[in-house]
Amino acid sequence: MTRKFPKITVWRVIFAAIMLSGLYATYLRVFYGLGGSTNLSDKFPWGLWIGFDVMCGVGLAAGGFTLVAIVHIFRIERYKPVLRPAILTAFLGYVLVVVGLLYDLGRPDRLWHPLVMWNPRSVMFEVAWCVTLYTTVLFLEFLPVVFEKFGWHKPLEWIHRISVPLMILGVLLSTLHQSSLGSLFLIVPEKLYPLWYTPILPLLFYISSIAVGLAMTIFESWHSSRAFGRALELPLLASMGRVLAVVLSVYLWIRFLDMSHRHVFGLLALNRVETWLFALEIALMLVPALLLYQARVRLRPGALYACAVMVVFGFIANRLNVGTTGLEAGSGTHYIPRWSEVAVTLSIVAAGFAIFRAIAQYFPIFEAHSLEQAPAEMEETEADAVAVG
Amino acid sequence: MPKAILYDSTLCIGCRACEGGCAERWGLPYNDKIAAEETISAHKLTTVETHGDKFSRRLCMNCAQPACASVCPVGALQKTALGPVVYDASKCMGCRYCMQACPFQVPTYEWSSRLPKMRKCDMCYERQSAGKVTACAEACPVGATKNGDRDALVAEARQRLAEKPDQYYQKIYGISEVGGTSVLYISAVPFEQIGLRTNVPQEPLPETTWRVLELVPDVVSTGSVLLGGIWWITNRRAEVAKKEGRRR
Repeated sequence: MTRKFPKITVWRVIFAAIMLSGLYATYLRVFYGLGGSTNLSDKFPWGLWIGFDVMCGVGLAAGGFTLVAIVHIFRIERYKPVLRPAILTAFLGYVLVVVGLLYDLGRPDRLWHPLVMWNPRSVMFEVAWCVTLYTTVLFLEFLPVVFEKFGWHKPLEWIHRISVPLMILGVLLSTLHQSSLGSLFLIVPEKLYPLWYTPILPLLFYISSIAVGLAMTIFESWHSSRAFGRALELPLLASMGRVLAVVLSVYLWIRFLDMSHRHVFGLLALNRVETWLFALEIALMLVPALLLYQARVRLRPGALYACAVMVVFGFIANRLNVGTTGLEAGSGTHYIPRWSEVAVTLSIVAAGFAIFRAIAQYFPIFEAHSLEQAPAEMEETEADAVAVG
Repeated sequence: MPKAILYDSTLCIGCRACEGGCAERWGLPYNDKIAAEETISAHKLTTVETHGDKFSRRLCMNCAQPACASVCPVGALQKTALGPVVYDASKCMGCRYCMQACPFQVPTYEWSSRLPKMRKCDMCYERQSAGKVTACAEACPVGATKNGDRDALVAEARQRLAEKPDQYYQKIYGISEVGGTSVLYISAVPFEQIGLRTNVPQEPLPETTWRVLELVPDVVSTGSVLLGGIWWITNRRAEVAKKEGRRR
C-alpha cells in the first residue's frame, strides 16, 4: 500500500512557503540572536513579536472567556454551539503566545523565572502569571473534548465537578490579563503618542478584547462552516453581531469621552502618521458598529463576516499602534520589522490555523453541539449544565 | 545617606576621561573608534555628547524611584539604599520591559549575543559601597563629574548657581524629574539644548502602573463573588425550571 502524497493546492503551497521562511528565521534567531533576526534597537526594544504575537494573540483569544461567561455563568445557552470553537481558539491562542514569547525573550530558557522570582509591583509579573494560569485553565476547559472523543467517563465526571470554579477563575484571569496588557504602557506617558496614552488604557484593552472575542467567534464559525461543509448558525451569529455592535459602541463612546477629557482632539488636525493610523483604527471599529445595528446586514453571512473581519483588523491596528507605531516618535526612532520577524509571525498564525483545523477534524468541536441544538434547553442533564465546553 | 553624581556641563572639557574610566571599571574595550560613538550602548555605558560648544554626559540616572526596577517581572533590578540601581543578570529573562519603561532610554541590550544581558551604569555600586568614588568621577581631571552625598551635592549645585547667576541656567536637572534622580545636571543653557529630556513627568513613574496593579485584589475578590453569585442565580433558575417542568 503506498501512501498518497497530499494534493498540491495554492493554500498548501503558501502554507509551506510561510513555514519554510519561518524555519529559516528561527535558525537566525537561535544562532544570531535578536540582533541577527530583528530590527529592534536600544531605543526600540519591543517590536512585532510583542505588538502582534503577544498583544494581538492574547486579544484574539478573548472569545474563550467571553463565551464561557455568556454560556455558563449568564447561562444564555443558545450560544453553546460556538463555545467549544471559542475555547479551542483561546487555548491555541495562548499556546502560540507562549511560542511568540520564546522567540522574543532574550533568554527564553528563563521563561519560568517570574514563577519563582517575584516582583508583584511589575505589570509584566502579573502578565506572566496570568498567561501561565489561564493557559492551564484553558487546557482543563478543553480536556472534556478529549475525554469525550475517547469515551473516558471517569475523568469527564471529575472535570465536570470542578468546572464552575474553573470557569470563574478563567473569566477573572482573562479580565486581569486583557487589561494588564494595557497597563504595561501606563509607565511610558512621555513616549506613547497622546492619542493612545490614557490612564484608562487597561479598561479600553478589556472592553476591546470582549469585542474582538465576539468578532473572532463569528470569523471562525464562518470559516469552519466553509471548511467542514457545516450549516452556519446564522441566527445565533446574527444575535452575536448585535451584541458586538453594542460593545463596540460602548468602547468608542468611552474613548470619545476620554479624549475629550484629555483635550487631545486638536491632535487630529496634525498631518502626521499617527493621525492616519488612529483614523484607520477608529474607522475599522466604527463602520462595523454602525453596520451591525442593521438587521439586514447581520442576517447576510457575507456582510456579517466582513464586519467581523473589520473589527479584528481594527483591534490589531489598535494593539500595534499602542505597542509599536505610537511609541516611535516618543522613542525618537523608526522601526520597520525585519523580514524574519514577519516570517516568524506569519508562521505562528499559519500554524494556528492548521492546528485548529486538524483538531476540529479529529475532535468533537462542532458535531457534538449540532446534535444538541435540536432539543429544548430545558432537557439538559444536570452534569451537562455545568460542563465546560 | 544616598549618593549622587553632580555633572557640571560648564566645567566639562569633553576629554572623555570618564568614558575611559568607566570602560576600565567594567572591563569593556575602549579605543578611538568607541570614543567617537556618542551614544550609550551595551559596550559603552557612559558617553560624552557634543552639543555645539557645550558638552553633556549620558549615564544611568539611578532614579530615586526607578521605573526599570518597578517593571522588572523577576526583580533583577533593585534600588539600593546607597543610591545605585543594581542589576542581577542571573535573574534577567530578557523581556526588555526596563528598556521600554526607562524615560531616559538608558538600559541597553547585548543584541548580537546568544545569551544576552541588559547593560547599564550602576553608579559603581561596589566602589561606592567600599567608600570609593565612582570611576568616572575619579577619572575627571576638571571636577565636572563629582560624586558624593546627594544632599551635599544639591547644596553645592545651588551654591554654584547662586555665585555665578550669569553663567548658569538657574535650574538643577534631576531634583524633581521623575521624582528625583541620583545624577544631577547643571548647565549654561536650558537642558533640552544639551540633549536632556525635559518632557519627563515630575512624578515617580512606578505610580502610573501601581495605581492599577493595586486594584488586582479588588477585581479578584469582587469579581469572584459577582460571577459566583450570577452563576448561582442562573443555575437555581434552571433547576427550578426543570423541577417544575417535570411535575407538570
